[in-house]
Amino acid sequence: MIGFVGRKLAGMLGTVLVASFVIYGALYLAPGDPASLLAGGHEMTPQALAAIRAQYHLDDPFLVQYWRWLSGVLTGHLGDSLVFREPVGQLIGARLLTTVVLVAYASILILGVGVLSGIVAAVGGRIADAAVTVTTTVLMAAPAFVAAIVLIWIFATKLSWFPVYGSGTGFGDRIHHLTLPALALSAGYLAYVSRITRAEVRASFGSEHAVAARARGIRRGLVLRRHVLRNAAGPVLAVSGITVAGLFAGTAIAEQAFGVSGLGSLLVQSAARQDLVVVQVLALLLVVAFVVVNMLVDVANALLDPRLLRSGEGG
Amino acid sequence: MTLALAAPLGLPARRLASLGWASSLASAVCVLIVLVAVFAPWIVPHDPNAVDPLNAYAGFSAAHPLGTDDLGRDLLSRLIAGSRTSPAGPLLVILLSGVAGTALAVSAAWIGGWFDAAVSRVLDILFAFPGLVLAITVTALFGAGFVAPVVALSLAYVPILARVMRAAALRERALPYVEALRVQGFSGWHICRRHLLPNLAPLLVVQAAISFGYAMIDLASISFLGLGLQPPAADWGLMIANGQPSILAGFPQQSIAAAAAVVVTVVAFTVVAERMAAR
Repeated sequence: MIGFVGRKLAGMLGTVLVASFVIYGALYLAPGDPASLLAGGHEMTPQALAAIRAQYHLDDPFLVQYWRWLSGVLTGHLGDSLVFREPVGQLIGARLLTTVVLVAYASILILGVGVLSGIVAAVGGRIADAAVTVTTTVLMAAPAFVAAIVLIWIFATKLSWFPVYGSGTGFGDRIHHLTLPALALSAGYLAYVSRITRAEVRASFGSEHAVAARARGIRRGLVLRRHVLRNAAGPVLAVSGITVAGLFAGTAIAEQAFGVSGLGSLLVQSAARQDLVVVQVLALLLVVAFVVVNMLVDVANALLDPRLLRSGEGG
Repeated sequence: MTLALAAPLGLPARRLASLGWASSLASAVCVLIVLVAVFAPWIVPHDPNAVDPLNAYAGFSAAHPLGTDDLGRDLLSRLIAGSRTSPAGPLLVILLSGVAGTALAVSAAWIGGWFDAAVSRVLDILFAFPGLVLAITVTALFGAGFVAPVVALSLAYVPILARVMRAAALRERALPYVEALRVQGFSGWHICRRHLLPNLAPLLVVQAAISFGYAMIDLASISFLGLGLQPPAADWGLMIANGQPSILAGFPQQSIAAAAAVVVTVVAFTVVAERMAAR
């Protein structure tokens, strides 16, 4: 187990390191002078540009610059945004909690509602199955921005249960404000997880050991809990993990659509204003989040099904 | 997984593809969309960019079947004009990533050894960049517009296509006919170009067709975020975003119509692609 986690961890670190190199190096692929790029397209006097060159040590060799940037990021010195005129650390710190709550909220919806509705569809009889199938078919065809538009339309003009704009203050208000963004973010994934759960539970219920257990007279509920769900958990967890990892990228759309001030909307706004200092750090952060969640899912899967430890030997 | 954002689409489409009437309907919708896109300049009832502020937010009428937007532009005309701009990006994405992915995959499978290992490793790292994050980062460097998101998404789609094609190329390479050609003294280049690639082509077409729907959603998302085509372009993703303030004013037509156009196009093309894949 320790060896398995170690290998995964090493692979993850390697990926993140290469990703950070690519993200930083991309600055030199872009057309134009890095100093004026870092200034975010503002008109600058030669003196100001020289100051930026000195501040970001742009005259040093590339590898020295990269190393300075990476060690700065690792020690929390993220630099200053020239567009927002604020340290990047402060910009991110003020928005991190909102995005984490949003992703957690959406994950809970995906795992809770998605898995539960999948189980209900699999064992709850024909009417429940049809209802869940029709709902998930509609939801799956709707990308996040379409779901957002429809939710805004319904809740802004017809019902006013939830606010359609802003992030809110305080915990309860924040959850209230993040409900619609979390729904828009999770709708498609939720339906997907529900489908996978339904298919896995059905297949598992039809397998020989479940049929044998039923034939021995064990109650349906007990067979479901002890024999069926445990077998179905692996694939469901794997799919849920991929979707949760994808949520971090999706926050850009959900936050932007609902005017939530989080990391996703910060990434979009700083990209639109070509604020590269912020974009570099955020892109790296999102890649790290994506890779870490993927690794956690692999480890959780191995804990659930120790056979994976052996088959994971090659990778 | 780069496709995770749009991954949910795969299943209902496959489900629908098993129903005969649904795939006939989807094919008909695809043909209709292509026809509308080809003949767009001749069938638009009004100039899609003609501003008429006195006639803003008009309801449904004979002159404006879908009404008008906040500047009084005819919505139906803008939707029709969008049928040209909106699928153009995804088409380019699958062409670029299809060519690059296949070239990488076939050469990796053919050369093997360290080259294959290196290519696989690069693809793994590329996988760690969610397509949307990559596209947003690239627009920050090169500026918003049409080119930057298309190039970035093409890059993000390369590993997806390359993985499938590499596995297929490895299978194909192990078949006896390849060895037979080699024994006859044909060069690797000749065998790949004249025999391997034609045999892989059907798979590539199907994979590219399936990726088209995902690429369309990703590009519409980027337009929606304001990082793609800029106003006054008639692009569906942009129309959804521009119509958003009007929803609060009680005029949801623009956003809803453009969103419906995206969803219908993506579902129709995906159903047809899944149908091809099932054959």
